[in-house]
Amino acid sequence: MAPKLPPQHSLQHSSTAAAGGHSHHDHAAQPKGILRWVLTTNHKEIGSLYLIFSLTMFFVGGIFALVVRAELFQPGLQLIEPEFFNQMTTMHGLIMVFAAVMPAFTGLANWMIPLQIGAPDMALPRLNNFSFWLLPVAFTLLLSTLLMPGGGPNFGWTFYAPLSTTYAPASTTFFILALHIAGISSILGAINIIATILNMRAPGMRMMDMPLFVWTWLITAFLLIAVMPVLAGVITMMLMDINFGTSFFDAAGGGDPVLFQHLFWFFGHPEVYIMILPAFGIVSAIIPTFARKPLFGYASMVYATAAIALLSFLVWAHHMFIVGLPLTAELFFMYSTMLIAVPTGVKVFNWVTTLFRGSISFEPPMLFALAFVVLFTIGGFSGLMLAIAPADFQYHDTYFVVAHFHYVLVPGAIFAIMAGVYYWLPKWTGYYPNERLAQCHFWCSIVGVNLTFFPMHFAGLAGMPRRIPDYALQFADFNMLSSIGAFFFGASQLMFVLVVVMCVRGGKKAPAKAWEGAEDLEWSVPSPAPLHTFETPPVFNRTHHHD
Amino acid sequence: MAVNDTVQSLGVKRTVIRTVAALIGMFAFAFALVPLYDVFCSVTGLNGKVDTTAKAIIHEEVDQSRYITVQFITRGSAGLPWRMSVETRQMRVHPGQTAEVDFTFTNNSHVESWGRAVPSVSPSSATTHLRKVSCFCFQEQQLQGDERLTIPLIFQLARDLPEDINTITLVYTLYPVHHLVKDISKNDNKTIGDSI
Repeated sequence: MAPKLPPQHSLQHSSTAAAGGHSHHDHAAQPKGILRWVLTTNHKEIGSLYLIFSLTMFFVGGIFALVVRAELFQPGLQLIEPEFFNQMTTMHGLIMVFAAVMPAFTGLANWMIPLQIGAPDMALPRLNNFSFWLLPVAFTLLLSTLLMPGGGPNFGWTFYAPLSTTYAPASTTFFILALHIAGISSILGAINIIATILNMRAPGMRMMDMPLFVWTWLITAFLLIAVMPVLAGVITMMLMDINFGTSFFDAAGGGDPVLFQHLFWFFGHPEVYIMILPAFGIVSAIIPTFARKPLFGYASMVYATAAIALLSFLVWAHHMFIVGLPLTAELFFMYSTMLIAVPTGVKVFNWVTTLFRGSISFEPPMLFALAFVVLFTIGGFSGLMLAIAPADFQYHDTYFVVAHFHYVLVPGAIFAIMAGVYYWLPKWTGYYPNERLAQCHFWCSIVGVNLTFFPMHFAGLAGMPRRIPDYALQFADFNMLSSIGAFFFGASQLMFVLVVVMCVRGGKKAPAKAWEGAEDLEWSVPSPAPLHTFETPPVFNRTHHHD
Repeated sequence: MAVNDTVQSLGVKRTVIRTVAALIGMFAFAFALVPLYDVFCSVTGLNGKVDTTAKAIIHEEVDQSRYITVQFITRGSAGLPWRMSVETRQMRVHPGQTAEVDFTFTNNSHVESWGRAVPSVSPSSATTHLRKVSCFCFQEQQLQGDERLTIPLIFQLARDLPEDINTITLVYTLYPVHHLVKDISKNDNKTIGDSI
């Protein structure tokens, strides 16, 4: 079934394209049906593919989470074996990080970056097609490990050695291969995004004129270039330890399991910012639009994003406070982690100041963006608590950590993605999303998310460890609440699918400038955006921009 | 228009070459971190990594004013049917004094095997002030079936041991030496853990 997104309006616009002197878009030869999607090099179609893939994986990962929550509904073992429970927690994490959140941001980047900088397409369209189609391969392989003898990965998404080498199931080599393929996909996507942003901006658009979504993605792409090879290195070392008798992480042969954690978190901490920086960009586009004011402190937003990215390389060992770091290292990583609160605080301050005395309206994108600001900040504060090394000895590997990173990832990254989807759907489909249903989706999501994750703070502070299928009786009430919330949240996401499908099929017609306060270049092309846009570069008008 | 396109595609090519170079560099950097990490740990003594070469005793005046508690922890390993024990769990020494303690290795299986005790020191700031004159941890050990072997550890704490350290813990973890254990597992599956 070929999705209907985006509609083919290419024929109406091909005459203007031809006038621009471009010959590389050969409309007559465009394949039809499923092949159109397999072979497409169009940034809008590839963007849609990324988003549809990500949404599918969001539900796959979500079902894994619901299996976990169903088992944790009551103390004791009732539904699944502990071995399968471990596979579910691991796969939930891996799928959500690498197959849901990251491809969703890449999809939004594909759709919006060329439109926001006035480029006709991504710089390397064929590479773009390849980097998308690597993803279904990688995650089919990863999911297939669940059916293999010995089961799928069961060592947590952080795959600490030697749990993931000496004690791992036989399918681990497939897990490594899947992660390699997904990593290559991310790297190629990042190269494409950097090449597009640096070389294909509309004439007259300087770097400091770019919308913040473009800026945050540029910085994210540099982070990807810097750390995805380190991940590739780590899993290659694992592969060699498992299959070729090396001892990178095996103490018996002179290796060191702690080295694994250093290498993993040297990748892993920038990785968590890879999952949040584009979210900052989306929120920085939506809040000014619905507050009908220019973004407060554009330049400081750019510098704060760059500062967060640079600091992310200096904080990795705060994930490892209890491995036995020397006091100096504990202090260094504690202070450097707390330092990140400064640029993040600048961002939150700027969003709040943009809202101040704004003429605010509460359409669905704005609701999600506002919820992002509040709930991401709560996640940031619990992060600050975890950054305190002596306190972390108590919090480490408890549900407090689970509460923390779900607050920054679900009402953080995922709410921002949904805000972005609601914001740009009129541009993609030409119709507004159903207002009533979208509002309902928002309010159900916000109740569900808080009901699921807020009690986890208390369970964690009371000492409930992560990644266990059974727990002591005193945690029963908190866990029952979390499980009810999780099923409620999961079910409300079906409304999101319904809104998107209805919006693709029809609804209230959207004009080119779908939101009154929206100012960036994407609102200058018709809604729905034709297949080919900006074949002749637009004239960039700086007057409504940030200086 | 055409001129702009060439400029643009040259720019794209340059960006791609640079990012790919950065990628290769970072991949190499990940592997370079492995030896760098070892060098960093042994220079600073962080992570409790001990220099596994014998040191000469330095004859210096024993600091009678301080007592340091030295604790010994021995740990077995899955995959090696050995037991490792120490004659005393804890002893008190003066900085500068040379001390000796006996460790006993027992092979509980009936076949010969090789193993290695990997040392670690806690707190790690004491690592560089610990001189091991003789230690079983310097090399691999071979035990015949049912053999029992007693090997002494001779060590000395340097006089410049930081003032705030009163207790030092030496941990020895046994690991099988793999290539030889694999041969054994053919003959004697029962005693070998399932981790091999």
